[in-house]
Amino acid sequence: MEFVDGRFELREIQKLEGHTDRVWSLAWNPATGVDGIPSVFASCSGDKTVRIWEQSSSTSSSWLCKAVLEDTHTRTVRSCSWSPSGKLLATASFDATTAIWENVGGDFECISTLEGHENEVKSISWNASGSLLATCSRDKTVWIWEVQVGSEFDCVAVLTGHTQDVKMVQWHPTMDILFSCSYDNTIKVWADDGEDEWSCIQTLGEPNNGHSSTVWALSFDASGDKMVTCSDDLTLKIWGTDSTMQPADTDGFAPWRHLYTISGYHDRTIFSVHWSREGIIASGAADDAIRIFVENEEKDGLVDGPLYKLLLKEEKAHDMDINSVQWSPGEKRLLASASDDGTIKMWELASVSC
Amino acid sequence: MTLGLINANPVVHAKKERVARTEDLHGDEAVDPLEIYDILLSVDPEHPYSLEQLSVLSEESITVDDKLGRILITFITVQHCSKATVIGLCLIVKLKHYFPPHYKVDIKVSPGSHANEESVNKQLNDKERVAAALENQTFANL
Repeated sequence: MEFVDGRFELREIQKLEGHTDRVWSLAWNPATGVDGIPSVFASCSGDKTVRIWEQSSSTSSSWLCKAVLEDTHTRTVRSCSWSPSGKLLATASFDATTAIWENVGGDFECISTLEGHENEVKSISWNASGSLLATCSRDKTVWIWEVQVGSEFDCVAVLTGHTQDVKMVQWHPTMDILFSCSYDNTIKVWADDGEDEWSCIQTLGEPNNGHSSTVWALSFDASGDKMVTCSDDLTLKIWGTDSTMQPADTDGFAPWRHLYTISGYHDRTIFSVHWSREGIIASGAADDAIRIFVENEEKDGLVDGPLYKLLLKEEKAHDMDINSVQWSPGEKRLLASASDDGTIKMWELASVSC
Repeated sequence: MTLGLINANPVVHAKKERVARTEDLHGDEAVDPLEIYDILLSVDPEHPYSLEQLSVLSEESITVDDKLGRILITFITVQHCSKATVIGLCLIVKLKHYFPPHYKVDIKVSPGSHANEESVNKQLNDKERVAAALENQTFANL
């Protein structure tokens, strides 16, 4: 009942400067922030570089830029994603390539460049085991790459189906099922038939209570039973599935369905949404604000009561649009945000004692 | 590349006489829609005529909310103008050049003036698409 009784605030811990253009995206290294390993995250920018940040001590405002990955991408770097082992970092760029970087004794080296998309690559995602990588682009396609020994990447599928620019791809947290969201207002679900033939097994559009404009991002809850999507239509939508969902063939696949729409809280495009391990949802929008939502525990016996409620709104979190919000994988309730203002901010969700 | 101009024989209107304004717009003063209008006058990818003379913009088509830091621009084109998105991009570039970076711009084709109004508006208001288009093209010289 923590969120029912308590008051919370988003405390700004540190403002990180360094990028010389808007920061589009950031990604926490999943293998850090635990077992005494300092937290690390990567950020990417319109300045064509990627920066690696590390917490230098247990003092909260001690984040430092440890590396700048430059001279590789020739245009905006739009997003970045670490492999589950934390050893590799993939970066997606408007230059139509995806670069793979490896940390070699503190220095990041570009060990591979994936080509094939016809124009800007928007997003990358690694599957849970790190054996597959997915990319998507304005060319309307989603590509799946298999990671081979020696860091070779083989394209095993070019998925068509979206009718417009694909904004983000995200693998399910436990199963090899891929989700994509697009400027065509839909979310698509992709799976293979057990013999490496990938296809779209479901499309979530307006007939399914879906979004009425561009879907910018999606995020799963810790169990993988629910996902939240955010859109230019100013809403967040919660989707769910049966936990006994089987991959691939139509006999076993339990479709995703709309559970709830969070509306009336945002008045400009919502660019990013992220579900924490504990079930707290953060959104970052074009009105410079961060919003935190939690499941509504005080239902008051109302059948039609809202399933989710706004815990807090941080207005003017940045001076310009927020492009990305990401909860840290570590113990603390740390949230990182990236903005058009060229900065990254570190926040802690803390309870306020009156 | 298109052969010939999309709007080869534009209707040209007389330019209104106007008092010259200063170009310094970065102060804390409220942003005057007429100032924005003056700046946007000279943008046109096809003709030596300004957008005012082609009636793409009029003074009524710009609204500014200083408190929120937002600018709404509506512009008119020929019904099937394939350059509508280019014109829109030119307008966005001009605005970015002259106004503080935190001002948010919403740009739309004047309702009813273009056959693919929704499609044009959606592209022009998708900042990722705009950013990529501006990186692609040489808009720097505007």
